[in-house]
Amino acid sequence: MNAGDIRCEEVIKQLFRYLDREVDEATDERIREHMAHCRDCFSRAEFERRLRERLRETTHEKAPQRLQRRLERLMKSF
Amino acid sequence: MPKVTDRQAQRRFFETEIHRLTDRLYATALRLTRSPDDAEDVVAEAVSRAWCRLDELRDPDRFEAWLFRILNNTFVSQWRKRRCRQDLETELDPENGSSDELQFSLFQQLHQPFLLWWGAPEQEVVEEFLREDIQRAIDHLPDEYRVTLVLVELQGYRYREVSELLDIPLGTVRSRLNRARSLLQKELWELARDAGIVKRGGS
Repeated sequence: MNAGDIRCEEVIKQLFRYLDREVDEATDERIREHMAHCRDCFSRAEFERRLRERLRETTHEKAPQRLQRRLERLMKSF
Repeated sequence: MPKVTDRQAQRRFFETEIHRLTDRLYATALRLTRSPDDAEDVVAEAVSRAWCRLDELRDPDRFEAWLFRILNNTFVSQWRKRRCRQDLETELDPENGSSDELQFSLFQQLHQPFLLWWGAPEQEVVEEFLREDIQRAIDHLPDEYRVTLVLVELQGYRYREVSELLDIPLGTVRSRLNRARSLLQKELWELARDAGIVKRGGS
């Protein structure tokens, strides 16, 4: 499949750098344009985005009471 | 902390912010260290450092990013010390830092093009993982890969920032990241099969 002026394989190769906001502006634009027309690449990007969100959920965790108390003591000592 | 010189107001601001961010500081430190005790130490040390350097913070709205930077720095300096002590120079990085090698892709394993118009089974699989499954998969990564992944994927760091923080070339950041993702997705794929989220031999 070919959508826009960039091929699927090139999009897939650059996908993570695109999602990481590490491609230059022109490439970013070409990939976005491609995704607007290519369901395969779009699905893949959505998949990786959602997986990343799931990874980020692992930073939502309750800190132990022990740490809370330790920080309170620490901040009182400042 | 709207540009306060008043130490009391500064202290109130600091304490409120630390309370608000403690859970995320801890969870982030836990993903970096893998050990609850070490994570607590890193957080406590980072909070101490942040308090000592509070005057350096120009814009109070940037407190959160600033604090997490201190947390990451604290972790990295402790991590380096520990690695030196253990004399554990694990050379994980490929010779030339090539980032083009074949990647394991969970999506490719799960994607069924002929189902394209009727649903997205691969998206459903992602929802099926327990948070514990994902935590375990991250924790299983070798240190260098895990730390890079946690910085970029979980904290949204740019490659250049990781390169500066870890003092490694940009190419190494990219190759560690590729490998981290490849290993992580492979582990999740195996887990999905073991847990019966996908059938063995396919999805």
